[in-house]
Amino acid sequence: MVLEILNINKIMSVLVYTESEQGKFKKVALEVASYAKAVANQLGTTVTAVSINASNTSELGNYGVDKVLHVTNSQLENFNANAYANVIKQAAEKEDAKVVIISSSINSKYLAPLLAVGLDAGYASNVVAVPTNTSPFTVKRTAFTNKAFEMCQINTDVKLIGVSKNTYGVFENPASATSEEFSPSIPDFGVTVESVDTATDKVTIADAEIVVSGGRGLKGPENWGMIEELAEVLGAATACSKPVSDLGWRPHSEHVGQTGKPVASNLYIAIGISGAIQHLAGINASKVKVVFNTDPEAPFFKAADYGVIGDAFEVVPKFIEKLKAFKAQQ
Amino acid sequence: MKILVCISHVPDTTSKINFTDGDSKFDANGVQFVINPNDEFGLTRAMWFKEKQGASVDVVTVGGAEVEPTLRKALAIGADAAIRVNTVATDGFTVAKQLAKVVREGGYDLVIAGRESLDYNGGMVPGMVAALTESNFVNNCIGLEVDGTNATVSREIDGGKEIVSTSFPLVIGGQKGIVEESDLRIPNMRGIMMARKKPLTIVDPVDASPETTSMSFEKPEAKGTVTLVSPDNLDELINLLHNEAKVI
Repeated sequence: MVLEILNINKIMSVLVYTESEQGKFKKVALEVASYAKAVANQLGTTVTAVSINASNTSELGNYGVDKVLHVTNSQLENFNANAYANVIKQAAEKEDAKVVIISSSINSKYLAPLLAVGLDAGYASNVVAVPTNTSPFTVKRTAFTNKAFEMCQINTDVKLIGVSKNTYGVFENPASATSEEFSPSIPDFGVTVESVDTATDKVTIADAEIVVSGGRGLKGPENWGMIEELAEVLGAATACSKPVSDLGWRPHSEHVGQTGKPVASNLYIAIGISGAIQHLAGINASKVKVVFNTDPEAPFFKAADYGVIGDAFEVVPKFIEKLKAFKAQQ
Repeated sequence: MKILVCISHVPDTTSKINFTDGDSKFDANGVQFVINPNDEFGLTRAMWFKEKQGASVDVVTVGGAEVEPTLRKALAIGADAAIRVNTVATDGFTVAKQLAKVVREGGYDLVIAGRESLDYNGGMVPGMVAALTESNFVNNCIGLEVDGTNATVSREIDGGKEIVSTSFPLVIGGQKGIVEESDLRIPNMRGIMMARKKPLTIVDPVDASPETTSMSFEKPEAKGTVTLVSPDNLDELINLLHNEAKVI
């Protein structure tokens, strides 16, 4: 009888890939773990996580993970989509997982289609909520760059879900996660990392809770000091509109919008950005939007939660001073 | 070097999005269609390889006759030949299966697709084509150089970029950065005239069952009106962000 129950658990387990960076779990890992727990509850089963070179696997227990397949392998120090996809595939097969959950990080989105083909799994990306139905298996995802939601049915036996960032949230759900060393075979990499160039001292747009973004209204790159200062006060990442990156005022890596980076922060502050439909599409997943603009007719005012009509060159420095005073009181 | 650029036919980025048939279908009525911007960046890079390194460049899409103007535009930009797989594009997987067959039969060294299409945002077709054709794959490509059968690729990562090396056969998921916006080409009259004479081959689809099905669509809830704060009362803005929105 006991064996039978274990067997059922094994068959139904939900597998989640929990990403780490320098051994530490990323916030998205905790979010996908929380999501996996909710799906496991729907299916009446347990959550198994697979982690690669993470140091504190027991942390995942706080978010509902029952078991961690813990991979330690120096070959996997740098991300490699093919190898990582293969490791997750082997973990899914070992657990006989029917639902596999990953994040929407740039790396997870890279490995997802390889994993989907490997598992013959239908893949739904940018999923924003727990499945609305588990039979037929149906999830809600964003489409048309946040201009719409799609109800997407996954028809395959194994389902792969990419959870959109900052939509489900992180929930504590104490379980005692057991850790099991897992030594999958490592395939040919095919692609070799030669060098990595990241600004380690800056908050990235992907991880930021707050993003401060500047547009053409700022008139030139020499005026970005106040954007950077505001971002610093708030612990925010800096971003910019498409024209600003096309003009070369700011690097492309800061361009947010439909053809740039997507933003799904808690707070998005737009300064001197009129709010073209392509820009709004890319930042719409942010929860709260604030706009500073001289033009009361700027379309951004229709998309924002809070707005200030005024000259950024006067208002933003004042806002920075007031925020500093506010932060000092906290 | 034989290059295949995968083109998706998508609504122009300024389009308002509407649905018909009980919100089950995208309403193409009055919508202007364009080459998916992520694909156009890749196509433009392919033109560079054609001009500087003697590559041949074919373009392919999956769809009915209605997508042909988009393929003709790619020919007008400078592609040598176009292929249309004659079936309705249902999900990312079936599209990838169709493209994989074209890749295998055409013996392409380098396949360039956009990191995602701006309609369904699935972000899966390039990777699936790579997996189905057992090619190397680099996504989020923001720079691509080729030397013989080896490639050096810049890839966007969270908070920066990395340089990777790989070799043919190779599939690229491209985006802005593989070329700059200012490098994009508007077809000229000569290009448009020549495009009419270039081959556009229609091929039959292979059997493929969709792994996912689009059931219905909904639009985000209409936004409430903005709360305006006077520039002379920024304390109020801080108060609202702290106590009402709870984001600072």
